[in-house]
Formats: sequence, structure tokens, C-alpha cells
Amino acid sequence: MRLFVSEGAPGSLPVLAAARRAQGRAELLISTVGPEECVVPFLTQPKVPVLQLDNGNYLFSTSAICRYFFLLSGWEQDDLTNQWLEWEATELQPALSAALYYLVVQGKKGEDVLGPVRRALTHIDHSLSRRSCPFLAGETESLADIVLWGALYPLLQDPAYLPEELGALHSWFQTVSSQEPCQRAAETVLKQQGVLALRPYLQKQPQPSSLQGRAVSNEPEEEELATLSEEEIAMAVTAWEKGLGNLPPLRPPQNPVLPVAGERNVLITSALPYVNNVPHLGNIIGCVLSADVFARYSRLRQWNTLYLCGTDEYGTATETKAMEEGLTPQEICDKYHAIHADIYRWFNISFDIFGRTTTPQQTKITQDIFQRLFSRGFVLQDTVEQLRCEQCARFLADRFVEGVCPFCGYEEARGDQCDKCGKLINATELKKPQCKVCRSCPVVKSSQHLFLDLPKLEKRLEEWLENTLPGSDWTPNARFIIRSWLRDGLKPRCITRDLKWGTPVPLEGFEDKVFYVWFDATIGYLSITANYTDQWERWWKNPEQVSLYQFMAKDNVPFHGLVFPCSALGAEDNYTLVSHLIATEYLNYEDGKFSKSRGVGVFGDMAQDTGIPADIWRFYLLYIRPEGQDSAFSWTDMLLKNNSELLNNLGNFINRAGMFVSKFFGGYVPEMVLTSDDQRLLAHVTLELQHYHQLLEKVRIRDALRSILTISRHGNQYIQVNEPWKRIKGSEADRQRAGTVTGLAVNIAALLSVMLQPYMPTVSATIQAQLQLPPPACGILLTNFLCTLPAGHLIGTVSPLFQKLENDQIESLRQRFGGGQAKVSSKPAVGETVTATGPQQIQVLMDEVTKQGNIVRELKAQKADKNQVAAEVAKLLDLKKQLALAEGKPLETPKGKKKK
Amino acid sequence: MAAAAELTLLEKSLGLSKGNKYSAQGERQIPVLQTNNGPSLTGLTTIAAHLVKQANKEYLLGSTAEEKAIVQQWLEYRVTRVDGHSSKDDIHALLKDLNSYLEDKVYLTGYNFTLADILLYYGLHRFIILEKFIHGF
Repeated sequence: MRLFVSEGAPGSLPVLAAARRAQGRAELLISTVGPEECVVPFLTQPKVPVLQLDNGNYLFSTSAICRYFFLLSGWEQDDLTNQWLEWEATELQPALSAALYYLVVQGKKGEDVLGPVRRALTHIDHSLSRRSCPFLAGETESLADIVLWGALYPLLQDPAYLPEELGALHSWFQTVSSQEPCQRAAETVLKQQGVLALRPYLQKQPQPSSLQGRAVSNEPEEEELATLSEEEIAMAVTAWEKGLGNLPPLRPPQNPVLPVAGERNVLITSALPYVNNVPHLGNIIGCVLSADVFARYSRLRQWNTLYLCGTDEYGTATETKAMEEGLTPQEICDKYHAIHADIYRWFNISFDIFGRTTTPQQTKITQDIFQRLFSRGFVLQDTVEQLRCEQCARFLADRFVEGVCPFCGYEEARGDQCDKCGKLINATELKKPQCKVCRSCPVVKSSQHLFLDLPKLEKRLEEWLENTLPGSDWTPNARFIIRSWLRDGLKPRCITRDLKWGTPVPLEGFEDKVFYVWFDATIGYLSITANYTDQWERWWKNPEQVSLYQFMAKDNVPFHGLVFPCSALGAEDNYTLVSHLIATEYLNYEDGKFSKSRGVGVFGDMAQDTGIPADIWRFYLLYIRPEGQDSAFSWTDMLLKNNSELLNNLGNFINRAGMFVSKFFGGYVPEMVLTSDDQRLLAHVTLELQHYHQLLEKVRIRDALRSILTISRHGNQYIQVNEPWKRIKGSEADRQRAGTVTGLAVNIAALLSVMLQPYMPTVSATIQAQLQLPPPACGILLTNFLCTLPAGHLIGTVSPLFQKLENDQIESLRQRFGGGQAKVSSKPAVGETVTATGPQQIQVLMDEVTKQGNIVRELKAQKADKNQVAAEVAKLLDLKKQLALAEGKPLETPKGKKKK
Repeated sequence: MAAAAELTLLEKSLGLSKGNKYSAQGERQIPVLQTNNGPSLTGLTTIAAHLVKQANKEYLLGSTAEEKAIVQQWLEYRVTRVDGHSSKDDIHALLKDLNSYLEDKVYLTGYNFTLADILLYYGLHRFIILEKFIHGF
């Protein structure tokens, strides 16, 4: 037999390790082929490793080759091994190929890489520790160990990607790695270059489909459909029968909302959007919308809830924008604050306060915290070498300098942070600095500045984290980011700037300086609350009674989890610190990033012009919420989810349930006589409801949405099986059955309307109006499923809830927002001028253009459907444009393309 | 619950009298079988192979080492490739590959009917009944 391998093909690892088993049983020749060579005659796509058997047949599956070697050695197949291999092929490989692609081809690091595989790694770890066996399928090393080890080795050989908390996985991996056949295979394949040895091979492979497929479909964690016990069923029935009587009185609205001793007091903040940018969908799902769902849920639980946000208004960017538009900074802030407020109002965000940072309270509180830090010796003074652009006659704020990253060599690093390696940079350390506005080279001048002495506060921070983190709901990415900062050690951070538009520094000699946003933006939450109530300290200096939930995208984690807590701990004034830091990953747009300058993506103010209702936007954004890993907004997927989940599943169920009541029972909810099947359904719904609560209590917003859809699926099935529309025409017993099914279904619809309230408030209110659901039942969600629409209840007029999204409608929206038409060429916004991109990205784009070109040619050759061709052509043009932009070439208006 | 229906069908064709109950896991609705003596089994092909053994028809898993490996390879192909893709182009490529593989064979292993044929048949059924895909095959 003959084994074909290719340099850097990851599949060679398990195969070579397993080949040792077959030694002496058969003659094995090994040939090395190019990564694009088609060894297997019947497969269109090249595939390695491949084993050609002596009878001429081929094994092209890595696991099957390993299995064959094991079978030759006399090993016998068993269920557990089969199960591991099937899991490896269907679950682990898709996740792993995404992670390896990010790591090896795209050069990403940290959570970006670990995110996609974390769940799979945890699964292995749990299985190992649950069975308390050293190996996957028993006491000795076997096929499953070799196959999984081989798959995981390229990633896990770097300790950074072997999470410490997964102890069982850790020791299993060490044990298997130390076996001689594995060591040899590793040396042969990785050649001591680590994972980079795979690069030449992986670069030639198509992008793993799991990368997009997974990201878009965003599958929830595995959940076993539980079997019900008699007890659970009995409890569900009892709760159901108590009905409305179970509900506590509604909490009367308060103004202002203040913490109450002995109650659960929930303070929710959403990251403050920077005032002069219109937020895009990614910004909206990242903080305000996510926080809104949690705030609404928290109110449904009758928790004492305050949800606040506001615009972050100080800083250079505002000053520049003001110059550009010929307004004062204050006028700019007023103008854009209103734009933000409008967008969030349209999205139905239920802020108790949407404030701003340019207020006297902000000055007062910031200066107070500073004074306390200063008098306690946590502020240092130092001279700073700073970049000054002589041509623009001003000191350059960090974000107005660009240059080469001193750590990773990325060419477009910003003055405060490198987008590629994520490290924080001091602007003066940039190589080849350029003023971002005029492109001249700035000079270094010195100036006196103040620093927050973070090293001196580090110990307090660590103590606080030790007490806070265990058992809290900080997202894994937030923990990871904070841990890596602490591991690198904290350094003093400059908190002042040579600017006018900011909070003045109350110290002699610093009259012409202001605080840097690093220091004072997070204090905005406090000052915004202070503008809402003069009793703001009852929220913010009350850690014993208040649970603080802070929502943000992951780039904001250091400010909220580290800098502000250090300031607050150093100020020694009993501040309320974040109990649960909820950070999302990033949302991409179709296959790329949102880009204001390139006109790619949907921005908050445009969503309302699409004709698609706010609740549909909310639903889809929450459905793809980048929870645990990046996800992508896709028009096609939005159409699909609207038409399948909302229209056909949820809307269909609720509408049918209501229609049956109207049509068959004159609008009155019929008598319900529950059979044992109905009771089981009650228990299933109750279980799913409890699951929804567990998830939302942990702020797993996206996953909890799946519970709503699951219940509605149960409901549809229930109606389908019981056919009330037929039974209503039957015997007395049949009619009674139709009544019970209709009554139970409409009560499930009522429950769904309440569960849906955090996600789709308008639709929820519509359902509740149609069903005439009594007010207490609308405002409170218990952990049990109650009969809230008892027999005899009169419902209102029922009408359809959702509209179908049509292909052409979505296609034209995709064209409009897909970057096909750019307003860029006319006037690039300051600070977002188009610049040349790194050669690597250009190469990627060129490859994509070639690939897409082939697709189009093929379609045309096949005389494919016109719309399909047009869509692919649009993609191609967009790619070409991105490429032109990346190469810094001027834009050509594509011929024959409609202007919009 | 398509996978469960498929397994029930398999049980019948294997002559297993007592019908098992299956639950489903996760969004892809992976079938789970709770066995009497031991932990549950998860995954379509894992459970299918288990049923074959239960029915004492091990020959359906292949008789030689080569056959056994080939059967498992196509079972994997079924759950990763056949179930994994739904775009027209993917299905087209897949059917083309299978067609050229089967050109000189009666069954997937050559001349012996195995579990791989059964599950691949079930898996392809939903494409094949759409007449347009058979054109040219």
C-alpha cells in the first residue's frame, strides 16, 4: 500500500502516528505530493493524506486511514471509538479548521483563535474528567486518542491555546504527545517550526466553509432533550392550574429608580458611543441592544432596574469635526447626540437615561476622583515626549498618528493601539510616524503630564478580581483579556492631554490641559446618573446592594475591567465596581468589515430606510449576536431567518392559535381538559422556559432566543398532530379535544409574547393586544408556565405578525449597502482617509478576485439564472473595488452599473 | 426529527423488533440513543453501527480490515459531506464524485452490500428525488 502525504498537511500527523501500528503487517510506501495534486481519481478536489490500498481502492479520510492501521494491528472496533471519530469529523474538524485558518492564514491571535474551538475543547475535557479514564476510550491509548491528538496537536502544542482550566485535557494531551510515534510524527510534520509549518499548505486550501457557515448560523451549545419525570409533570400541572392567581402584583413605576435595600438592584450600562460617529449594526448589537434585552428581561423579573447610556463627547475627534463643519465642539455634540438618540429610539432601546459626558457633573465627579487619587499618591508627574505636527500647529492625539507598529511591524498601526497585534502603543514609539491629517512627519516635543500609577494599584486590583470573578458572569473573552494584561504587568498610563475640549485638570501648571478619555469616559456613567438623580451615589457608592452589569464590545474591556476599577479602588470612596462584564466579539458585514469610509454595511440611521421594521432588525441581530465568537451579518441569512423562524415558525404558530379561538370558539378561550399528552407538553414548555431563564440570568442572550423558537416549534407540532380544525367538525369528544388543544396553544402563544418582550417589544405588545392578555401577565415572567388566558377569556382581533421578505427586495438592499455604490470618492471623512494596505491583505484580495472571476465565468458559461449572475458580478465588482482601495489606486466607476 | 426516523427505518430493515426511542441534540438535531447497559450513544453512524451489531449482522460493517475501513470512510462521508452541504454546486460536485467512484462498482465496498450503502442511500434520497439532479447521471 502507498501513503500519499503533502508538506504541512495537518492530516499527516495522526496518520503517521498510527502507521507505526501497522509496521511489520504490511509494506508501506510513502510518497510526498504537492498540495494541489489530485491523487484520488474520482475526487474533484485534491485531498491528502490518501492511502492507496493493495486492491487499488483509496482511503481518503484521515480517520479511516488511521482506523485501517489499527485494524491491521488486530484492534477491534467499538461504539465509544466510533462515537469519538464521528464527533471529531462533524464537530471538532469544522471548529478546528476555522481556528487554524485564523491562526495560520490570517495571523490572528488569542481569543479570535481560541473562540471557535473552546466548546469542543471543553467537551473533551468534560468527557475525560467525567469518565475519569486517562484515555478517551478507556485505560489504554487507542485509535480515538491518536485521531483527536493529531487533529489538535498543531493548535495545542502552543501552550497559549491550551486553556489552563481544562486540566483533564491538559494531562491527556501531554501523555499522548509524549508517546514515541506521536513525537516522531510531530517532528516530521511540523519540523520544529510549530504551527507555521502548516502555512504553505493551508494557504492553498479554500477558506473553511465552517468559517462562514458557523459564524452565520451561530449554533447554540448542545442541549440534550431531557426526559421528563412524573414529578416534573405534576409540578408543571399544579403551576398551570393556579393561573393568574400565581402572579405577584406589578411593581409600580418609580421615578427616579433608586436601589431598595433587600431587593435585587440591577444597574446596567452600555458602552458610551463616541459622539461623532454614526453607530453601525455591529456597534448596536455589541452594547446598546444587548444591554436593552437584559434590562427588559430584568424588569420582567421585577428586579429593580436602572439602564443608562449616553454619548461620549470629549476629545480631539470632536474638535476636528467641529473645525470641519464650522461649528463649535458643543454644537457638534448637540447635533450628533440628537442623531444617536434618534437611532436608539427607533430601535426601541429602553434607556432610563440617555445622557452625555459634557456636563458640570462630569467635571465635578472626575475632578473629585482625581483629587482623591492625587492626595493618596496614585498620580505621577512626568515629562512626555510628544508628537507635534508643525504643519497643523498642534500636538497630535494618539489616534491622529499612524505608523509602523514597533511590536509586529504592521504598517498601519494607530498611535494608541495596533489593530493587528492588539498591543497598546505610545505614539512616540511608532516607527515612521505620520500625521493622519496632512501626512507630514511630526516632531517630538516635550510636555508635562500626569500618570495614573497602575503598578501601585495592581495588587488591589488583583484582590478585587479574585473576589469578583469566581461565580460571576464575566464573559470568557473579558477574563482572557484582563488576565493577559495582568500577566504582562501594568504600566503607568498618561491621563492628561494637550487639548481644550475635555474635563479640565484641577492642578496648578496644568490649566491648559484636559483629562484623557481613558481616564474620564468611564466616569461618564456616574455623571450621567448624577444628571438623572441627585441621589446617584445610592447606585454608584453602594457595592453591597447593587449588581453592576456593563455591556461592551471586547475592545473596551481594559477600560472597564482594569483602568476604571483601579481609579475607583485608589480613590477609596466605596465605589460600585462591575460585577458582570459582558463583552461581545465582533460582528462582520457579509464577508468583510463594516466601513464607514468605504460605504460598506448598514449604519443605524439607514436601517429605518430599508422598510424593514425595527423588531425584525432586533431579532436578526440578536439571533447572530457575536456571543463567544465573531459572527457575520448576511442579507440572505436575514431573509432566511425572517421567513423560516419568524414567519413560518413563530408567527405561524401564534397566528393559528389565535385564529382557532376566533373562528371556532367565537373569540372565547374554550374549556381545557388536559390529557396526559397535554400535561407532558406543559412540562416540556416549562422546562424550556426554565432553560430560557437560566440562559438570560447568565446573559446568554443569543442562546435564550433559541428557547423561544423551540417552544413555538413544540406548539406547531402540537397543533399539527392534534388537528383541531378537523376535530371541531367531529363528535362531542372531538370538539372538546379541539377546545383543549386550542386553549393550550393560545396560552403558549401568550407565554411566548412575554418571553419575546426583551427581544421584540413591539411584536410582543401586538400579540398581547390581539390576545387581550391581562396587564400583570404582560409585565411579569415567572419561572413557571401559567394559564394566563383562562376558559371564557375574550381575545381581540387576530392578524398576521410578520411579512415575508422577498429575494429581490433583499438583493436590492444588498446592492445598496454592499459597498457597490460608494459615496467615498467625493469626500472621505477626516480620520478615515483611504490608505494603502499591507501586501498580505492585497494578496488575499487578489486571490479572491481571481476566485470570484472564475465563479462568474463558470456561471455565464452555464447560462445560469440572470439574477444569480448579477449577484455574483456585484460581488466581483465589490472585491475589485476593495482591491483598488487596498492598493491605494483611484476608484473607477464600474461601467454599466446603475447609480442609486 | 429526520435522523430518528432514519434510524427507526434501519431498525426495521435489520429485523430489530423492539423500537428504540431517540432524542435529539443541538441545532443539527444529532440523534442520541439511551442504551440499557451503559452511557448514551450520540451520532447517526455511531448508533447505526451499534444497531447492526445488536442485530448480529456485523457483516454489514465489512469483513476484512480494508472493507471495515472503507465502510467507515463512507459513513463519515455521509455525515460530513452529504449532510453538511446544501448549495446546488456542492451537491452537484458530490454526485459527480460518487458517480465516478461507482462506475466500476456494484456497492461502495465493491461487491458487498454494507451499512455504508444503506446510510448513503438514505442521505442522498432527498437530493435524488429532485429529478433535476439526476440529469446526466
